Amino acid sequence: MEKKLYERPIIRPLNTGLMNKYGNRTEYMPVTHIEGASVKEMLKKYGSPLFVFSERQIRENIRSAKRAFETRYPKVQFAWSYKTNYLNGICSIFHQEGSWAEVVSRMEYDKALHNGVSGDKILFNGPDKTDADLREAIKNNSPIHIDHLDELYRLTEIATELNVKPRVAIRVNMDVGVYPMWDRFGFNYESGQAWDAINKIMATGKLNLIGLHTHIGTYMLSPNAYGVAGYKMADLAIGIQQKFNTTIQYIDMGGGFASKNTLKGSYLKGTDIVPEVAEYAEAICTSLLNAGFRNNDLPTLFLETGRALIDDAGFLLGTVIANKRLSDGRKATILDIGVNILFTSFWYDHKISPAQEFGSHTEDTVLYGPLCMNIDVVRENVTLPPMNAGDNIVIHHVGAYDITQSMQFISLRPAVVIVDKMANPHLLKRSETLEDMQRNELVPEHLKHNKN
Amino acid sequence: MKLRKNVAISDSGFIFNPSTGDSYSVNPVGMEMLTLLHEGTPKEKIKSQIMRDYVCDESTFEKDYYDFTLMLRNYKLLEEDE
Ligand SMILES: Cc1ncc(COP(=O)(O)O)c(C=O)c1O
Repeated sequence: MEKKLYERPIIRPLNTGLMNKYGNRTEYMPVTHIEGASVKEMLKKYGSPLFVFSERQIRENIRSAKRAFETRYPKVQFAWSYKTNYLNGICSIFHQEGSWAEVVSRMEYDKALHNGVSGDKILFNGPDKTDADLREAIKNNSPIHIDHLDELYRLTEIATELNVKPRVAIRVNMDVGVYPMWDRFGFNYESGQAWDAINKIMATGKLNLIGLHTHIGTYMLSPNAYGVAGYKMADLAIGIQQKFNTTIQYIDMGGGFASKNTLKGSYLKGTDIVPEVAEYAEAICTSLLNAGFRNNDLPTLFLETGRALIDDAGFLLGTVIANKRLSDGRKATILDIGVNILFTSFWYDHKISPAQEFGSHTEDTVLYGPLCMNIDVVRENVTLPPMNAGDNIVIHHVGAYDITQSMQFISLRPAVVIVDKMANPHLLKRSETLEDMQRNELVPEHLKHNKN
Repeated sequence: MKLRKNVAISDSGFIFNPSTGDSYSVNPVGMEMLTLLHEGTPKEKIKSQIMRDYVCDESTFEKDYYDFTLMLRNYKLLEEDE
């Protein structure tokens, strides 16, 4: 007789009375391939853990977002938010699709130049721009988004010294009925600071005010908030038109559209409650079109959408190291994926799929990483089929911020690959080596004598 | 080690503990172990039967049997005089 396939024995309480024996099956469909490329083969070739991106998904995201806006508004320009994911290969896809670059530091600025973006298509945001950064941006004709008065005055001085008129926008923050209000960046609308800053710029005549910028927050679940923001931005632009007879070239509505991840503690899944990009587009475009611009004066609409364009295109593949039983009887599974490479686990309950076939039974499990630290929890409670050491898992929706915010800690960071349309994986980044890590380390001469 | 006598096991993998009113579900390997325990089968016998019927090596069995019985004790499904 042929032996049956073995699955670890499990017993699971049915105490809620609502739970069905099979749970929510769709949540745990095995994911054996990503865009046609085998999970197991990729892990074998590139090591575990491994970040995998889908080129098709990225292109589809940016194309459908563009469509959502372009069918509602005549002049639209996306700028890729570098901080969301600045792997050069990823940025290149967005640039191929026509996106400009949105950067918030000199490092990101130089990266955008390195990726072939011309200076006049790099939006320079953020509170931290040194004089050298400002000079570089002026030289390359990049739009500089002024964050605070200190920057405004410094930039005015530099412009005077160089006898040039830099292209600038001001960043505006405002109350859009959403808490917390992001009022630490830019100039406030309601208190009149934004209008004061505009008046200061116009009064000196040293800077060329071409745009207005806002970014009302991130993972914003309310399209309506963008409608409110659109009206307030348009109000400023029309005010400028009326008082100074100057047409603002663009209104930049920033980023912040929610991705389909599920926020921690949320009862409903992200996929069920997150608005479509089209709903944000409708709110923004309606507010601008109805604001009272004369037809020829409609400003170009800039979007700096980050997470909504990349989150669902990124996967993190990993391996089960061991199973444990905690003192209170809960099941714990240890993965080779730690929170140092999955920073977003602090605010999302990521969807997790086994990468191999399994039976119909599941159990509640805590998923831990390998970091030897108490905070290293990938999921506090997830229902999964029993998995054995050596089995593989796929974590979904990790395309945004996990790579850029990853930390090197106790082990080397993993490789990143992208699967093309022909199901071929290509390396975007090799896994780290000890040499990479120690490249900038020095040991002073007097510390070199080792007694052992 | 023995299962409480009054614990009811249905063919479809549902377990009911009348002393507490709790019910549980088990997967096929769990079902087989539970049934054997219910019959008072000694561990060595359970091991040889599972290893005969399934693709399972000894260390896997030991590890999983230990964990499974830990859970049974946790859910108060085992005789106390064990
Ligand atoms: C100025 C600016 N633009 C765009 C973004 C991208 O935001 P998101 O990823 O939420 O779309 C951010 C992120 O914080 C930002 O600060």
